[in-house]
Amino acid sequence: MTTATNQPGFSREELLICVIARLLQGVDHIAVGVSSPIPGSAALLARAIAPSTTRVTVLNSRDLQDLNDGVSELFDQAAQGRIGAFFLSGGQIDGSGNINLVGIGEYPKMTVRWSGSFGSALLYYLVPRVILFRDEHTRRTMVDKVDFISAPGRSDSGIYRPGGPRALVTNLCAFRYDKQRGRFHLESIHPGHTLEEVLDQTGFEFDKPDTIPVTTAPEPERLTLLRTQLAALIADPYPAFAERVWKITALAR
Amino acid sequence: MSTTDLDALAARIPDGSRVAIPTSRHGVAMQATHALINRRVRDLHLVAVPTAGLQVDLLIGAGCVKTVESAGITLDEHGQAPRFVAAVKAGTINVLDTTCPALISAIQAGEKGIPFMPMRGLLGSDLLTHRRDYRVIDNPMASSGDPIVLLPAIVPDFALFHAPLADCHGNVWIGKARELMTMAHAARQTLVSVEEIIDTNLLHDELRSPATIPAPYISAVSVCEQGAWPLPLPDRYAADNDELCRYVLAGKTDSGFIDYLNKQHKPPSLSIAATA
Repeated sequence: MTTATNQPGFSREELLICVIARLLQGVDHIAVGVSSPIPGSAALLARAIAPSTTRVTVLNSRDLQDLNDGVSELFDQAAQGRIGAFFLSGGQIDGSGNINLVGIGEYPKMTVRWSGSFGSALLYYLVPRVILFRDEHTRRTMVDKVDFISAPGRSDSGIYRPGGPRALVTNLCAFRYDKQRGRFHLESIHPGHTLEEVLDQTGFEFDKPDTIPVTTAPEPERLTLLRTQLAALIADPYPAFAERVWKITALAR
Repeated sequence: MSTTDLDALAARIPDGSRVAIPTSRHGVAMQATHALINRRVRDLHLVAVPTAGLQVDLLIGAGCVKTVESAGITLDEHGQAPRFVAAVKAGTINVLDTTCPALISAIQAGEKGIPFMPMRGLLGSDLLTHRRDYRVIDNPMASSGDPIVLLPAIVPDFALFHAPLADCHGNVWIGKARELMTMAHAARQTLVSVEEIIDTNLLHDELRSPATIPAPYISAVSVCEQGAWPLPLPDRYAADNDELCRYVLAGKTDSGFIDYLNKQHKPPSLSIAATA
């Protein structure tokens, strides 16, 4: 974890929020699942940075969505190209960018069973900028080959696929996805962590530069934004998270 | 319109029926589900539109389910659905895994009376590998190539859900949970429990009519206050998280689950009213 010997002046969550917010620059419509507080906060930060050009949809929230056509509307929007960025995760993520939301072992009678693939087998193909986020970077989650492909990292030429993974952000580091090679490229390692630790905790091979940068710390003005204007807003869809990170409760309606 | 009680509603669903059910936050007929369990229904084929949770877990644990078709079975912030996971590991249920938009599109095909619906995505996914009923063709509208997945239409024997209100003519108001309309259009029969029945005609109300399922689609209505409890009903009540926590603990073991099932399942507010 990020308990470095010298206090960094920001929390692990704030760092990850700012890393993801940079990946969302220029996206007109960012959609987020309801149980994703760090990506959700990053989306709200991206909107605060460029309010006139950024729209955020937080699924199942009361105030952060403009949807009224039932459970199909988000998927219809994605299929039409109305959503610029979305977040996915996986119980397993492999070095080709394949994600597994179904379980471990041989399907169907698996030794570990998760909930299921949800919308991934459409959204991963059609949303231009999918950001993979997983707050647990271990050999359990970052594997050489997933046991079940809920949705693949890339598709053969000739398959309609305007979207796909752009990046993988974890509690240790940030990777860029190389679409041509179908592999991850290490972009930066978060403060307080080392390449040795990343190699030790990653079950797949990845590309890396000769010198690996330290992840840029949160920009001071963005930290201030998060702590002052945004925390109360984030507390609406993510009350437990906002309470834990900023000791704040949702604004009374 | 005549209403029916929950036991009579549940009695309409024979063993082996294919039943479409909504996602946990859009009005699950939980009290009707207990009535189904009490009548010891067997071999249900549940179609989650497109995900489900507590309702499916209870039915699986009670031995009522043969097949579950869904894009996700979860108790949301309360974690994994324990009886679903146990049944998958034991191999005692068939699981037809898919993705949310595929289920919705297949139900829409059922609604339209057409044999299938094409859908983007899915190619290269193991979901497709394991779904023998899905087909891949080349898009006939393209000049060449362009593979696309075809999903067979789903025509459920029943749609079963809980809604805020019905009127005295049998029309049912669903609010923004639009897929309930699609389910009712697609299913051969639709069974609904509602919080209350009002003395008006919802179809004559310009504001509420677009979110109202007309009576001819509805086979039976039961009045059941807090009928989705402990799950939420939009704009009426939130989830009862204390009760869901109790379930998560109980569902961890076979014996805990049986004990939970044998208890009286009434929302706390109604229990208080009944004893007052």
